[in-house]
Amino acid sequence: MKVLVPVKRVVDYNVKIRVKADGTGVDLANVKMSMNPFDEIAVEEAIRLKEAGKADEVIVVSIGPAQAQDVLRTALAMGADRAILITTECPVEPLTVAKLLKAVAAQEEPGLVILGKQAIDDDSNQTGQMLAALLGWSQGTFASALELGEGRAKVTREVDGGLQAIEIALPAIVTADLRLNEPRYASLPNIMKAKKKPLDQKSAEDFGVSTAPRLKVLRVEEPAARAAGVKVGSVGELLDKLKTEAGVI
Amino acid sequence: MAILLFADHDNGTLSEQTAKALTAALQIGPEVDILIAGKGAAPAAEAAAQLTGVRSVLLAESDALEHRLAEASAALIVGLAAGYDTVLAPATTTGKNVLPRVAALLDVMQISEITEVVSADTFKRPIYAGNAIEVVQSTEAKKVLTVRTAGFAAAAAGAAAAPIKAVEAGTEGAELSSFLENMLSSSDRPELSSAKIIVSGGRALGSEEKFREVINPVADKLGAAVGASRAAVDAGYAPNDFQVGQTGKVVAPDLYVACGISGAIQHLAGMKDSKIIVAINTDEDAPIFQVADYGLVGDLFDVLPELERQL
Ligand SMILES: Cc1cc2nc3c(=O)[nH]c(=O)nc-3n(C[C@H](O)[C@H](O)[C@H](O)COP(=O)(O)OP(=O)(O)OC[C@H]3O[C@@H](n4cnc5c(N)ncnc54)[C@H](O)[C@@H]3O)c2cc1C
Ligand SMILES: Nc1ncnc2c1ncn2[C@@H]1O[C@H](COP(=O)(O)O)[C@@H](O)[C@H]1O
Repeated sequence: MKVLVPVKRVVDYNVKIRVKADGTGVDLANVKMSMNPFDEIAVEEAIRLKEAGKADEVIVVSIGPAQAQDVLRTALAMGADRAILITTECPVEPLTVAKLLKAVAAQEEPGLVILGKQAIDDDSNQTGQMLAALLGWSQGTFASALELGEGRAKVTREVDGGLQAIEIALPAIVTADLRLNEPRYASLPNIMKAKKKPLDQKSAEDFGVSTAPRLKVLRVEEPAARAAGVKVGSVGELLDKLKTEAGVI
Repeated sequence: MAILLFADHDNGTLSEQTAKALTAALQIGPEVDILIAGKGAAPAAEAAAQLTGVRSVLLAESDALEHRLAEASAALIVGLAAGYDTVLAPATTTGKNVLPRVAALLDVMQISEITEVVSADTFKRPIYAGNAIEVVQSTEAKKVLTVRTAGFAAAAAGAAAAPIKAVEAGTEGAELSSFLENMLSSSDRPELSSAKIIVSGGRALGSEEKFREVINPVADKLGAAVGASRAAVDAGYAPNDFQVGQTGKVVAPDLYVACGISGAIQHLAGMKDSKIIVAINTDEDAPIFQVADYGLVGDLFDVLPELERQL
């Protein structure tokens, strides 16, 4: 069985981004970019399935600028077998990503697609569910455990009240939550080896998918700032302020 | 301009998130129907019918809908969508699971986690862990939205009951997935998403026992819900559903007390819209103090028991 893992190149999670003064977007010049953290978890899960003999091949795919090669190389260094880069001029919306991934799935015929639950730049949390819909497949989102069986998989999901276990038919879409696993670091020899692994380059046009956005971003604003607070010297002072000044207890 | 609100509930009770999402829906337009998908869900439907401003309640019941799994729920909503311009749901784990599937089936781009309704087609939503706010307009004939409920007050209950109409549940999608079990954390404390006061613990708590021993008594005295940072959850000090943050729950209580939490961007994303923030931390330079109204530099193992005594 092949496992397909879509990985997105995003602003590194440690970077505090700045909104452009003219309100047209976020300033991404000279900002450190990395693989979306949830996608590292998805890659790790796929590699573990291969190591356990439950998958034959792990294919990673990214949609984005030419520099998205870097995150694909990282995934290859972690242990993925080959990579596909679909280059696009502009950032694309989750629905477009899902349509491109559907086209890749039609070519590769994976038994499982593992995505991150959410990209930490757009915070959409949509792509996996949309891909499942377009393929007519089942979905196991926000997964914290995955067990593959014959034709079915058991997925433990992180839900608002705790955990939920469901069974889904294969082929399926799974989206990774934080506690699915702890991704490995790529070793230096594996980073060297990854340079020789195949990386196929395509463009969105090759798949006949329109990348025109459906949503219009009118402007991007700075979030409301909080007024500066004060330090208090003791528990007594804190309680006094909460009662008399803030009136919250 | 009719609007379909996919409710969050557990058959027996309607979640407060639904009443909050209704407030957002009513800012978009006046004709709002609430969809209750479930099994044995009449109590939830009756509660929904009493929310002020609801036009009618649609009740669809079947085995496949009992736990609102994505495949059957999305098929149901898509079947009803022709009568609506907007489909929305609170951004609970159920809403986030189901609505993007609906959006793709309708060939629509969803707008996730709106925090403000600017007009019927324009919304504000946070991106980059809330470090930027996008003002986004939909060009689609149909709109599919999830609502970040922390910023909306719950619609009042107790209105004259709106009519409840049964709708055909259908069987589409049911073969794709099945429910096995829920492992829910049970607690007598208020629910995190709707609590007025939250006491949250971080990595500094050091163990599950300490977390319970030190955080819980203060929470109990305050009638507060308990939250946690990702570090505390990952280490097993608190269950996953306690996580507050970019990828956990987003909360905005009257009072949020952060204990031994450094204040990473991802944590702040989930609590920085709280009315009053208190931070207790040994490190006076911890970033959490930058958003705190009241900061107390000190060891939480001294401060929290003292706080409990004085309350
Ligand atoms: C993709 C992604 C998503 C994430 N999502 C979330 C999320 O949703 N929510 C979230 O919280 N995090 C999230 N994180 C993690 C986040 O980046 C931080 O790692 C995490 O919030 C840190 O938790 P913490 O503050 O408890 O631990 P630490 O950063 O280790 O801070 C512990 C704090 O305790 C203080 N301390 C130590 N001892 C004491 C004592 N005795 N008394 C008082 N103070 C003491 C220290 O000074 C320190 O400030 C995410 C990260 C990634 C990459
Ligand atoms: N441009 C992209 N290229 C590859 N994968 C993507 C892309 N955008 C989103 N994804 C995948 O979809 C997941 C959810 O993204 P989102 O729906 O944008 O929050 C990510 O964690 C990735 O696995």
